[in-house]
Amino acid sequence: MNSSRSTVLWPLLALAALLAFNAAASPGFFQLEWKDGRLFGTLVDIFNQGARVPMLLALGMTLVIATGGVDLSVGSLMAVSGAVAATQVNAGAPVAQAVAAGLLLATALGLVNGLLIARAGLQPIIATLVMMVAGRGLAMLLTGSQMVPFQNRSLTWLANGSLAGLPVPVFIVLILAGITGWALRHSAAGLFIEATGDNEQASRLAGIRTGGVRIAVYAFSGFCAGLSGVLEASNISAADPARIGDTRELDAIFAVVAGGTALTGGRFSLAGSVAGALLLQTLTLTLYNQNVPPAVAPVPKALVILAVCLLHSPRLGARFSRRPQPAAA
Amino acid sequence: MSELLQLDGIVKCFGAFTALKGVSFQLRAGEIHALMGENGAGKSTLIKVLTGVHQADGGTMAVAGRSIRPANPRDAESAGISTVYQEVNLLPNLSLAENILMGRQPMRGPFIRHAEGKRRARAALARLGLEADVTAPLGSFPVAVQQMTAIARALDQQARVLILDEPTSSLDAKEVEELFTVMRRLRSEGMGIVFISHFLDQIYAVSDRITILRDGSGVGTWEAAALSRLALVSHMIGKEAPGLAGPTVRAEAGGTEAIRVEFLARRGTVGPLSFSVMAGEATGLAGLLGSGRTETARMLFGIDPATSGAVMAGGKALALHSPRAAMAAGFAFCSEDRKAEGILPSLSVRENIVLALQASRGALRRVPRAGQDALAVRFIKALNIRTRGPDTPIGMLSGGNQQKCLLARWMAVQPRLLILDEPTRGVDVGAKAEIELLCAELRRAGMSILFISAELEEVVRNCSRVVVLRDRQQAAVLDGPAITLQTIMETVAAA
Repeated sequence: MNSSRSTVLWPLLALAALLAFNAAASPGFFQLEWKDGRLFGTLVDIFNQGARVPMLLALGMTLVIATGGVDLSVGSLMAVSGAVAATQVNAGAPVAQAVAAGLLLATALGLVNGLLIARAGLQPIIATLVMMVAGRGLAMLLTGSQMVPFQNRSLTWLANGSLAGLPVPVFIVLILAGITGWALRHSAAGLFIEATGDNEQASRLAGIRTGGVRIAVYAFSGFCAGLSGVLEASNISAADPARIGDTRELDAIFAVVAGGTALTGGRFSLAGSVAGALLLQTLTLTLYNQNVPPAVAPVPKALVILAVCLLHSPRLGARFSRRPQPAAA
Repeated sequence: MSELLQLDGIVKCFGAFTALKGVSFQLRAGEIHALMGENGAGKSTLIKVLTGVHQADGGTMAVAGRSIRPANPRDAESAGISTVYQEVNLLPNLSLAENILMGRQPMRGPFIRHAEGKRRARAALARLGLEADVTAPLGSFPVAVQQMTAIARALDQQARVLILDEPTSSLDAKEVEELFTVMRRLRSEGMGIVFISHFLDQIYAVSDRITILRDGSGVGTWEAAALSRLALVSHMIGKEAPGLAGPTVRAEAGGTEAIRVEFLARRGTVGPLSFSVMAGEATGLAGLLGSGRTETARMLFGIDPATSGAVMAGGKALALHSPRAAMAAGFAFCSEDRKAEGILPSLSVRENIVLALQASRGALRRVPRAGQDALAVRFIKALNIRTRGPDTPIGMLSGGNQQKCLLARWMAVQPRLLILDEPTRGVDVGAKAEIELLCAELRRAGMSILFISAELEEVVRNCSRVVVLRDRQQAAVLDGPAITLQTIMETVAAA
């Protein structure tokens, strides 16, 4: 939460470098166009697509990683909530109810992750791996392994509509990120999460309900995944149980790590994760614009991520900035 | 006299902080040389420079006249400098022989010559007067044997300089004596030994010379016989020792009862125990290592809850089934294991201090930032915590200052009973005295303290009532004038 400047600095620097490259390589990159009462352009696409998946997932993933855990199930939970929302709408349920049902189920499954980890004592990577497999299966079960198209203008509007000229998902994520950041700063929840990740045993002996903290962050991560899944389904007016969220958990982990939150837990930075997600999305679109075949795109993507992670590495960082190291004397 | 190890003007900086400001140190062959200093004086840093963990930013080092500049621990070992750390850092699942020879196993082509390895391991242990099954895993032996194994490893490396960094902190009295015998034997064989310990008795029992560091500089080197204890302590802290030279700060017995423990026991662990804790007094828990001191503390704080008996306060039984419940009952517990159960290393001093208070208020009633700052600043000043500021990560502080932060954490919740398990372990003499004075102040303010310490002198100095434990049972409760070293030791030793 104490987002030290250098944490957000590296992903933002990488982002700036990438934008500079685009300014030189593709002239239309920064072009914005006002049409039918809304903005169009590559920058808008980056924000829109970045908001829909990586940023949303990264919000939940940041808190999970801050407790020293990881959530591999978010991609599958996206598929589950998308499937629930689509089938509910097709069954004639009001949109609000359909969306709420999707979010509720994803949150509940996140809660199950938390219970398995905090109460049954499973390793986070195992518990959420099980949920990753089971969640995908559940999505298949709900849809009969078929793509579920729907025709519902309200639900489609969530991902495709615009407010004040900007895509709706951008507002959804900004509001959720704002509320989350505000709530963590104005309650002690942020401190409890960081304390749990830094030294769970000591935190428990200081009176923190570390089990409750862990359950809460996995439930929150499930909620974020659920919201992201609804938006993905809304985007193409169909829930595709096999493809929604596929391998997107890795994007979320990348965004969080690039944003400077260590996988070992402890200090976290929501702003850093959001910046990391933006970086990831910009990179994806840049490669697309440069006509890099989608099958090859992961390679340059991986290289940029590696570069940002190396910049965060304390060992390399010490060479650049001679930051004081802990002096155990 | 030949200088085996010669350090001149060693400088080491961490960022803007200078940990060593030109330290010089000489070690002769065939001497035991104690290195003394408060926490933060630069002992550990000096050792780490010497063993290649850190690289010096200035100054020179030489072993037997040959200049060295170790870039890593391996360099230092091949220059003949070996270190045995406080926490034995060997591999518990490997055998003694493998631990002793790790990285230097005798080979024939690509194959390890196991028989030759075992012979060499046995020979190294024999030099220490120890016979043991070298094929058994290290972890199956007591800590003392593990420590000997670490020393045997140094011998097998043909070490000429042996650094013992607080080797006695987890040994009992008999094992310490055995270690000293080994140290004296190695000294007579011409080895130079650097000895670090917080126990003054041990320093004087084996050391030939003593070098004192303070604030990253060398204060001086003395023959041990020519340096009185009081002089040693005042050199270390740079002033007259408070509390040590003065009268004891014990309160008189006879206050009101704050808490009564009735037949409290945990099946298979400790008890039954029955004693009273008076308001504004310190009750001591004394006994040998393994007598159930820490187990009692953990039982009272609800970490390993009691299975029978009761704890009464004001005529009502307290629920102590979890740490949170114990906190709600007004208990606080400072663990002996600062690293694993105390500090949150990457969080700030402020956050570490406010943690328990915040936890007892719950997540929704956050202590406002201004209040947190005020709290941290108040305790930093009151407890004389040496930190660059309230927002420095606590992991960067020295052990004694970390301990004071943990005391502050629990003082902030104003408990009625403060359980202190080895509050002065691994803490230098100056901080020890400060912590004892602090306890006295808390008692005057009406707080009750359960004081656990392996150092009986400390128990005698601080407590107006002592519960003596023996074999996880209550052996006796001593009161007021009955509390002397003699009576406690007699009770502990009684058959």
